[in-house]
Amino acid sequence: MSTDNKSKLWSDIRSKYSIYFVLTALFIISWMANENFVSAENLKNISAQISVGTILAFGQTVLIISGMLDLSSGSVLALAGVLSISSYKMTGSLLIAFIVAIVVGVVCNILNGIMITKFKTPPFIATLAMMTMARGAALMYTNGQNIYQIGNYIIFGQGRIMGIPAPAIFMIIVLLITWYILRNTVFGRSIYAIGGNEEAANASGINVERIKMKAFVYNGILVGIAGVLFMSRVNGGMPNGAQGYEFKALTAAVIGGTSFTGGIGTAGGTLAGAFIVGFLDNIMVLAGVNSYLQQIVRGAIIALAVIYDIQAKTVRTKRKHGFAEVKQSNIEKSI
Amino acid sequence: MDLDIKLRVSNVEKSFPGVKALNNINFAVKKGTVHVICGENGAGKSTLMKIINGIYKQDSGQILIDEKVVDIRNPIQAKSLGIYMIFQELNYVPEMTIEESLFIGSWPRDRYGRVNWKEIRKHTKELLEKENLNYDPKTKLKELSISDIQMLEIIKAVSNNSDILIMDEPTSAITQNEIEVLFGKINELKKRGTSIIYISHKMDEIFRIADEITVLRDGCVVDTRPRDAYDLETVITQMVGRKLESGFTKEKIEPGEKVLQVKGLTAERFENISFDVHEGEIVGFAGLMGAGRTEVMRALFGLDPYWSGEITIKGEKVEINNVNDSINKKMVMLSEDRRRYGIIPVRSVKENVTLSSLKKFIYSGRLHADEENRKVDEVCKSMNVKTPDYETTAEALSGGNQQKVILAKWMVTDPDILIMDEPTRGIDVGAKSEIYKLMAALAKQGKALVMVSSELPELIMMCDRIYVMAKGKITGVLNRDEFTQEKIMAYATAVKRQKGVDIA
Repeated sequence: MSTDNKSKLWSDIRSKYSIYFVLTALFIISWMANENFVSAENLKNISAQISVGTILAFGQTVLIISGMLDLSSGSVLALAGVLSISSYKMTGSLLIAFIVAIVVGVVCNILNGIMITKFKTPPFIATLAMMTMARGAALMYTNGQNIYQIGNYIIFGQGRIMGIPAPAIFMIIVLLITWYILRNTVFGRSIYAIGGNEEAANASGINVERIKMKAFVYNGILVGIAGVLFMSRVNGGMPNGAQGYEFKALTAAVIGGTSFTGGIGTAGGTLAGAFIVGFLDNIMVLAGVNSYLQQIVRGAIIALAVIYDIQAKTVRTKRKHGFAEVKQSNIEKSI
Repeated sequence: MDLDIKLRVSNVEKSFPGVKALNNINFAVKKGTVHVICGENGAGKSTLMKIINGIYKQDSGQILIDEKVVDIRNPIQAKSLGIYMIFQELNYVPEMTIEESLFIGSWPRDRYGRVNWKEIRKHTKELLEKENLNYDPKTKLKELSISDIQMLEIIKAVSNNSDILIMDEPTSAITQNEIEVLFGKINELKKRGTSIIYISHKMDEIFRIADEITVLRDGCVVDTRPRDAYDLETVITQMVGRKLESGFTKEKIEPGEKVLQVKGLTAERFENISFDVHEGEIVGFAGLMGAGRTEVMRALFGLDPYWSGEITIKGEKVEINNVNDSINKKMVMLSEDRRRYGIIPVRSVKENVTLSSLKKFIYSGRLHADEENRKVDEVCKSMNVKTPDYETTAEALSGGNQQKVILAKWMVTDPDILIMDEPTRGIDVGAKSEIYKLMAALAKQGKALVMVSSELPELIMMCDRIYVMAKGKITGVLNRDEFTQEKIMAYATAVKRQKGVDIA
């Protein structure tokens, strides 16, 4: 009995914290492989590099937990970013520029939400449409040209506070807010319930449509922030920028243990997932690995993470009463 | 008429873990006749048919066709033996055309291996003409009615040269006129020598269509007789009389004030439903599957819209447009489908229990975790939920404990009215009697309970009054001293109709 409990406890710990073990292991291996890796400056750089993708990933996490996703975040980021920079150049106000980015992100995501909740479009298709439209809008607004000479705007992405890169600080703040929302709010609990079983959530009195809209609004705020940071880091308003960032974000969320079947995922896991990808990229660069090979490795890791997620789930249902339950339901149907 | 035996079922037994579904079943279907199998929900009709159709394998016993033993391993093999089953829930691809669906799986090929559409069209036209059906082969199935699709199923069976046709409740979703057409077709098939096994519990139909009737109860054959040797009362008496495994007895509780009153509730699947429930009372809803009981409860709880009618809770007229309205009026519902509408399987017991009352624990901007834990512990203990801890995921619990978790969720909302739809379905005997005890305890606290159940003994044991529904209407209401399974079944099969029920 006690060994049983022990093994259960161990498997619980493993399933809950395995991502952090992986992260630690990767950190140690990277350290041993290249002594430059662990220098404070390198770690700060990694944090700044992954910040934009990770902020998007927190939005994706909230959406994936509730059973949705956002393919448009890279494009909406670009649209929000160029409009933000353009408004900065017009008004000279960093505050207004920041607000514009968030408003653009939120408006685009409200449209996503309306397509999904009111018109029952699958999230994949709705956000695919938004991805195309937002990119088109960004290119149309800028006429396909980059906006340069952005002046003080660079402090969002390149500034430092007490030596820490500003984007990393944004990332940490978003992490804390996301963590708090998911754990300690009605909205957070509802997100998990909807992703875990939408019909049951509805039958429990949760306003599914409203919660889904809120999830998109939150995602929109994060996309707006990411837009400011991205443009500021690249020194200009780039309508073609951040291509493929939605997939970077999805990668971090999935590696971090967010389950595409819904109802499972944490902010901490997503951060760990983002750092795993960041460390790997960094160590491969430091080791001079061919950049095409880097892509293959990144892809393989996504596959591994998903296989692990599915395996863990199968084991879980088999170990528990799952098997008997299946039979039971067969009986109910047959009689 | 040739009266040889076409299909014989001999000593067939089938068990599922913990349940003996079929016990020593014997009956025989004659050539060119309609053999009706009837029995209550859970009597074993469907299991038996699935064995004949090769979906299940019997544990022991034999199936004989033309008095030769056959081994039916799967539905494809059943088809090749001339057995064709038309299911109650028709499975079809809405986007397929008639000609595509008629030949699905056996599309004729030309010599290059391509599907030969010309031949398919020719065959389809021939078949439709032969069966006197006026459809364009290119019509999509989604444009057809249920009865049309049923007809197509029959044609499929005919084109497959099936001479044993199994029909599971074929009239449950079609109109009176369509029933006439169906019965005409059945008579035609009969004349051609097809044997038909017809599953139903609608008495009027059974007596119109049957040549022979076999009654099943609790997985046993009660009797087989020619139709003329049966009368209505006998069939009903044979169908009912299931035993209850739990020895629980409910004490009498004096009902208090009227808490819930429903007047003339009407929607797509039911009409003019009126009833009331008092404090401390358990009001039952009996009826056969598809009678509309669940639909009434779903509408009442705000899961489905209703068209007209009046709902009064504690003397106040209320409008219920969604689940929240209902919860705010302190009316909650335990769904019949626990997995679909009840639990969030991947989340913890704790999160499941507090899901409907999150605002009680999350206020002034933060989660009061200690209050939540205390409440979860208190209510789970009072429900006797067996779980290693409250962080365990709900999917890890047994069915009975999941049911208790859902009940616990509703208890945290502090309801006055509990609607319980099949509260003991699919849970073991021990958990059942615990649920009964909980229900009795809740009634004693003055809660008003509505209990929908397909198990008559359970209703008779628990309820103070029972409303009986058939075909979307209330056909009778019985007080505790009038309860007998026979009476309830008579109303449920709509052979009797109480006067004045509609106005009540």
